[in-house]
Amino acid sequence: MSAALQQLVNQPYKHGFVTDIESDVAPKGLSEDTIRMISAKKNEPAWLLEFRLGAYRTWLQMAEPAWPNLHYPKIDFQAISYYAAPRQKAKLKSMDEVDPELLRTFEKLGVPLHERMALAGVAVDVIFDSVSVATTYKHKLAEVGIIFCSMSEAVQQHPELVQKYLGTVVPQADNYYAALNSAVFTDGSFCFIPKGVKCPMDLSTYFRINTEESGQFERTLIVAEEGASVSYLEGCTAPAFSTNQLHAAVVELVALDDADIKYSTVQNWYAGDENGVGGIYNFVTKRGLAKGVNSRISWTQVETGSAITWKYPSVVLRGDNSVGEFYSVAVTNHLQQADTGTKMIHLGKNTRSTIISKGISAGRSSNSYRGLVRMAPTAAGARNHSQCDSMLIGDQSGAHTFPYIDVRNRTARVEHEASTSKIGEDQLFYFAQRGVGAEAAVSMIINGFCKEVFQQLPMEFAVEATKLLGFKLEGSVG
Amino acid sequence: MIHPHSPVLLEVRGLCASVNGVEILKGLDITVRRGEVHAIMGPNGSGKSTFAKVLAGHAAYAVTAGTAQLDGQDLFALAPEARALAGVFLAFQYPIEIPGVANSQFLRLAYNTLQTQRGQDELDPLEFDDFVREKMKSLEMSPEFLGRSVNEGFSGGEKKRNEILQMALLEPRLAILDETDSGLDIDALRIVSHGVNQLHHRDNAIVLVTHYQRLLNYIVPDFVHVMDAGRIVKTGGKELALELEERGYEGVGAEHLPGHGARHRAQAVAVAVTP
Repeated sequence: MSAALQQLVNQPYKHGFVTDIESDVAPKGLSEDTIRMISAKKNEPAWLLEFRLGAYRTWLQMAEPAWPNLHYPKIDFQAISYYAAPRQKAKLKSMDEVDPELLRTFEKLGVPLHERMALAGVAVDVIFDSVSVATTYKHKLAEVGIIFCSMSEAVQQHPELVQKYLGTVVPQADNYYAALNSAVFTDGSFCFIPKGVKCPMDLSTYFRINTEESGQFERTLIVAEEGASVSYLEGCTAPAFSTNQLHAAVVELVALDDADIKYSTVQNWYAGDENGVGGIYNFVTKRGLAKGVNSRISWTQVETGSAITWKYPSVVLRGDNSVGEFYSVAVTNHLQQADTGTKMIHLGKNTRSTIISKGISAGRSSNSYRGLVRMAPTAAGARNHSQCDSMLIGDQSGAHTFPYIDVRNRTARVEHEASTSKIGEDQLFYFAQRGVGAEAAVSMIINGFCKEVFQQLPMEFAVEATKLLGFKLEGSVG
Repeated sequence: MIHPHSPVLLEVRGLCASVNGVEILKGLDITVRRGEVHAIMGPNGSGKSTFAKVLAGHAAYAVTAGTAQLDGQDLFALAPEARALAGVFLAFQYPIEIPGVANSQFLRLAYNTLQTQRGQDELDPLEFDDFVREKMKSLEMSPEFLGRSVNEGFSGGEKKRNEILQMALLEPRLAILDETDSGLDIDALRIVSHGVNQLHHRDNAIVLVTHYQRLLNYIVPDFVHVMDAGRIVKTGGKELALELEERGYEGVGAEHLPGHGARHRAQAVAVAVTP
């Protein structure tokens, strides 16, 4: 194991707002015994243990992908602890105990005060009873038959639903990181919208706070039955510091006939410092199956965090007339690396997909768009439109576009547009001459650039994302 | 209009500046009082536009010697945005295009930044819309320009009008108009000049950088300076521009001679005290 990664994995938790946590941590290392232990601790049914073991055995035969445009020291999977018991975060008594840097960030992002406290880990029950809010929501959702809970809870309470859908979109052996996740995942979200139900509110993981930390191998499954619809918000714009350096999550979405799933992410994990020290390695597999006719799956992501991002939220368009969408803003600064994009796999007739990708690279970062559009022989009349725009800030960053187009049906149509632009010194001087400093200028230019994607975000997310971008690019110009 | 007892607004002494190591300004002196209109003329490459950009603080130009004071404050100690907020406005010779940013957003950001600096309330989008539309009327600009990206796809004349619109919004103490007349047809020139004249009053000053006498028929200068090889070599009243038009730069004795700058500065001051 390289010294650098050793340092990454072992570095002490810098943001000292969590102290004295009782821990029940498995010894480092991965083996069938570790997996049996995880499954036993979680009191899982036999089929799930088999699912995990099958994934593990496949994973052992697989090699880490070498094709991404990413450079990082080799990960020692035996140096990671794969299980920590669900635990309460230690509560701080007041905001005075919170890291001032974190407060400054909240301030800049305009996070409301009660949320700041919740996010920083301060006991908020007095001001904002998150438990009762969560409970209220749960009742409201249960009334219409919606199940929204942690994956662990779902395995215990709704094992038949989990068994029916888990691994049907991202099979155990799909790829190296998905196989690892399938073997060792500890928790995540489960969401089931029954036939004909339109979810009355945006579902957000925010309302699951006070349940245990999901950990580094998160597993999410969302199922929308016939005619159902849901908008799901992942994460939040506040910075998520994590002790875990490697994150390998899997998200599966299933949309049956006429169902509609909209999945939005604003991701702001710790990206490492300006010299590239620290930061999260984020290897995520996100995929939706537009299984039924006229179904629709839409991904919107704003990626600003992580030292390394490897992520391709995709849609398999199986149902005739189904729709897949991917709207993405990926920002890299300092020494961040992102290799992100999507896959649109058209199987059904008259399926349609749209890809809008905006990559912004600042500092010495590298930002790659990688996208696949496949029109299967069965995809008569299918259409895709892709637009990939890159913006460079400064002269040391890189932008790359890797489009893969595979068309096997003569009636299918694929369009790809790409552009690269640069925030020039002259533009910044023009703003400055009107009294506007570089930060505000960049923020305005970037927001103009990202408009089409931000429009897809739920309102409050869009506002925060706008501020977040300005904040992430602070100091990258001028 | 010359106001002999008017306070000095801009005082530049011995200004030397270079770009990429090449010296362009070589000891430039100028004194501008509140209420005055100055025209700086001169052949291509004489340093007129460089002077404008150096005052505004363009990063490509390095000041190597000399001073510039605005109301006694050292301009070169201020960042470009601070100079703008202190009241220095540059109408660009080639206004910059900013794709994706709506003109209305850009104008409002600039206006509100200044409002904040003055300790006044920002205008919300609706209030600003009313405010800016009023200003656009006098420049005969269609409100349609608010929705378009900043300067993108604007004709030359539209860009120049947009510059003067910004001047109208920001009400600078010192407005430097860098070849604002170039690329304007006669109607546009009349509209733009009318706009500038309306904005001129006894507490601010205007410096016109131009090639041609034509603009000076519309915006009448109190002083005309001739620049050559990086300094001001001759200063006179508005009739100097006519003389230049007739006889050319060589004809009016604007060949570069050592010491010319200082002598003509003295002359400028002399003119200034004669009502």
